[in-house]
Amino acid sequence: MKLNGSQLLCEALIREGVDVIFGLPGGAILPLYQTLPQFPQLRHILVRHEQGSAHAADGYARVTGKPGVCWATSGPGATNLVTGIATAQMDSVPIVVVTGQVSRASIGTDAFQETDITGITLPITKHNYLVMHASDIPRIVKESFHIASTGRPGPVLIDVPKDVQNEVVEYEESTFDEMYAKVELDLPGYKPTMEGHPSQIKKAVQLIAESKRPVILAGHGVIFSGAYDELRELAEKAQIPVITTLLGISSFPETHVLSVGMPGMHGMAYASLAIEEADLLIALGMRFDDRITGKPSAFARKSKKIHVDIDPSEIGKNIPVDVPIVGDLKRVLVKLNKLVQPATHSEWVQRIEELKREHPSMDIRETDKLLPQFVIKSLCDVTEGKAFIVTGVGQHQMWAAQHYTYTEPRSFVSSGGSGAMGFEVPGAMGAQVGRPDRVVWSVAGDGGFQMTMCELATLVENKIPVKFAIVNNNVLGMVRQWQDIFYKRSFVATRYTANPDFVKLADAFGMLGIRVTQKSQVKAAIQQAMDYDGPAIVDFVVEEDENVYPMIPAGQTINELIEEPRPQEARRR
Amino acid sequence: MNNNGTSLPRHTITALVEDRPGVLNRVSSMFRRRGFNIASLAVGHSEEPGRSRMTFVVEGDDRVVEQVTKHLHKLIDVIKVTEISDENVVSRELALIKVKADAQSRSEIIQIVDIFRAKIVGVAPDTLIIEVTGDGDKLESLLGLLKPFGVIEVMRTGTIVMERWTGSMHGDGGTRPRKQRSTTSLANIWGEPSSV
Repeated sequence: MKLNGSQLLCEALIREGVDVIFGLPGGAILPLYQTLPQFPQLRHILVRHEQGSAHAADGYARVTGKPGVCWATSGPGATNLVTGIATAQMDSVPIVVVTGQVSRASIGTDAFQETDITGITLPITKHNYLVMHASDIPRIVKESFHIASTGRPGPVLIDVPKDVQNEVVEYEESTFDEMYAKVELDLPGYKPTMEGHPSQIKKAVQLIAESKRPVILAGHGVIFSGAYDELRELAEKAQIPVITTLLGISSFPETHVLSVGMPGMHGMAYASLAIEEADLLIALGMRFDDRITGKPSAFARKSKKIHVDIDPSEIGKNIPVDVPIVGDLKRVLVKLNKLVQPATHSEWVQRIEELKREHPSMDIRETDKLLPQFVIKSLCDVTEGKAFIVTGVGQHQMWAAQHYTYTEPRSFVSSGGSGAMGFEVPGAMGAQVGRPDRVVWSVAGDGGFQMTMCELATLVENKIPVKFAIVNNNVLGMVRQWQDIFYKRSFVATRYTANPDFVKLADAFGMLGIRVTQKSQVKAAIQQAMDYDGPAIVDFVVEEDENVYPMIPAGQTINELIEEPRPQEARRR
Repeated sequence: MNNNGTSLPRHTITALVEDRPGVLNRVSSMFRRRGFNIASLAVGHSEEPGRSRMTFVVEGDDRVVEQVTKHLHKLIDVIKVTEISDENVVSRELALIKVKADAQSRSEIIQIVDIFRAKIVGVAPDTLIIEVTGDGDKLESLLGLLKPFGVIEVMRTGTIVMERWTGSMHGDGGTRPRKQRSTTSLANIWGEPSSV
C-alpha cells in the first residue's frame, strides 16, 4: 500500500470517527485539501475566518462529547486559530487542530507564511506535534485523539509541513485499516489516573456521613465524564443540594428540587450563601475558579472540602482541600454512591429554601420596558427549555445562565475560562452541526456578535439553521457595568453608536431577520424564528442601562454582595 | 530570594523526559507561565537511550513544590517526576573560574585550589582557570576566597543530584531505604493509573 501524507491524515481522521472538519484553505495546506475529494465521508465546512473554525470545532465537541476538528493553513491561518484553541484549553474541550506548515527545508528561514505555531500554541494546547515524516502521521493522529479526549480533555495541534503532506510512504500491509490497527501509542509519560483511591473515597464517605450541611459543587467535569446520572444519584441518595458552576450548568436538572443554581460573581445569592453556610463542599470536576471563590482566603471557611478531579494539578491549586480524589468523576461517583449512606438533611434543605425566599434576586422586575432577562425567560418558555443554548460572553451570557432552565446535559455551551467574545456565532454553528436534531439558539451580545458575524455566510451556505437572539443594548454591556459600578459611571469606549441594522444584515446574508422592541412581540418573534427553515436573527432591542445582579465584585467576599440595583441606578429607570 | 529579600526554601526535583526537540521549551514554558521560580536547571542524557534527565532547583514553599511536580507530570513528554529531599543525596555542580594570578598570588591560589580539591585547568601569565565540582555551598566558599584576587569570569552548570540507594530515581530496580516525599507519595491520593 502506498499513501501520501495527506491521504494518511484523512484515512486516520476517518478511523478516529471524524465526520466533519471546519477549515479554510491556503498554500501550505493545499495538498491536504486536494485529497479531500477522495474522502467524501469527511464533510468540510468552509468558514470565513479561522477563528470561526476553531470555535466551531469547540462547540461541536461540547455538545457531542467527541473531539471537534478544524484545520488551517500556515502562518496567519494558524495564528487566527489561537483564540479558539486557548478557549478550548481553558474549558478543557477536546479538539484536534491540523495546520499546514512550510516545507521542511524552509522551516526556520522566515519563509512566506511561516509561523512557529507549535511554539505559539505551547502554553494553550494539551500537547502539540510538528510532523517531520509522513510515516509518523498515523501514530500522531492516534495519539492526538487519545490525548485530546482522555484524562482532562483539551486541544491538540498537529503541524504538518507541505512536503510531508505530499511525501509518499510505502507500507507492507495491503490496507490502511490493517496498518492503523497495528499503530501503537508511544506515550510513556501519559497515564491519566482513572480510578479514585479507595481509602480517599472512604474518607469522603465518612465526611459526607458526618456533615449536617453538605453541598455539591458540580463543574464541567461532570459533563465530560458523563456522570450526569451518578451525580443525580449521589444528590438524591444523601439529599445533598447541588450548586453548578457556569460550565457545570446542565450537569444537573435545574428543575430538580435539590438544584440550587450557580454561585459566585453573578450567581444566585442563595447559592453563594449556601456555600458560605455549608459544613462540607463536595467539589466535582470543577476548579475553584476565581469567579466562584472571590477572595480565596475567605471562601467557604466553615466547610471541609472534598475535591474530585481527574487533573491532580487542580487539587490544592486555588483552595486547600481535606479529601482529594484524583480520578475519572464517573468512576469515582459509582464507587462513592455504593458506600454513601442514605440521609435526609431536611433542616439544611429547608434552610436553603428559606435562603431562596429571602433572596429572590432571580425574579424579573415588573415593567413595560423590554428587559433582557425577560427575553431569556421567554426564550425558555417558547422552546420549553429544550433548546441547546450557546452564548457569547458578557451580560447576556450571565442572563442566559440565570434565566433559562437547563435540564439536559450539554444543553448550555459557553466560553467560561477564556471568556471569549465572538464565541456565540461559530460556537453555535459547531453545536448545530454536532446536534442537527436539536434547536440551537445562540444568545448573543451585539458586541461579540460583530466579532465573528462573518460566519453567518457559512451558516447560510451550509444550511445550518442556528437561531440568534441578539440581546442588543448598543453597548459592551459587562464592561459598561464595571464602569458603572467601579469607575463612577465614567463610560469610556463602551457605547456602539453605529451598530448595523441587524435585520437588514440578516437579509444581506440571506437569513430571516426580525426586530423586537416591545415586550408583547417577544414570544411571537421567537416562535417565528423557530418556524423558519434556516438560520434566523432576532434583534431584541433591550434596555441599555440594565445591569446583571446579583454581583460579588472581583476578588471580594460574600459580604460585598450587591443584590439589587443601587439607588442612583434605580432612579435612572 | 523573593521581593522581601528573604530567601525561600529550595527544593530539588528531577524529571525523566523524552529526548525530543522542544521538550526543554515545554518544560521551561510551563515554569514561566505558572510563575514558578527556578534557581537552577540542568539537562543531560540519562542511562536510557532517547530519554533525558532534568534536575530543577526550585524556590518556594511546599505548596509551590507540589504544584511544580503536578504540572510537570501533566506534560506529555515527562515520564517521571521525583522530589529529592536533601538528606542522603549526592549533589554536584561544576564551575570554571577565571581568576587574576600574578607571580606573587599564584602559589597562594594554588594552595586554596588544593584545599578545595579543585583543579587548575588553564594557565596564562596573568590568569588561572580553575575547575571545581561540588555542591553549591562549596563552590560559593571557593569563590569567596578567590574574590580578593580578582575573579574575571565564572561559568557554572546547574545542580545535578543522585540519591544514595541502589535503584534509579525513576526506575523500579533497587529498594529505597527510607520514605521519600516525592510524587510517588501522592499515590495516597492518586488511584491506579490507567491506559484508558
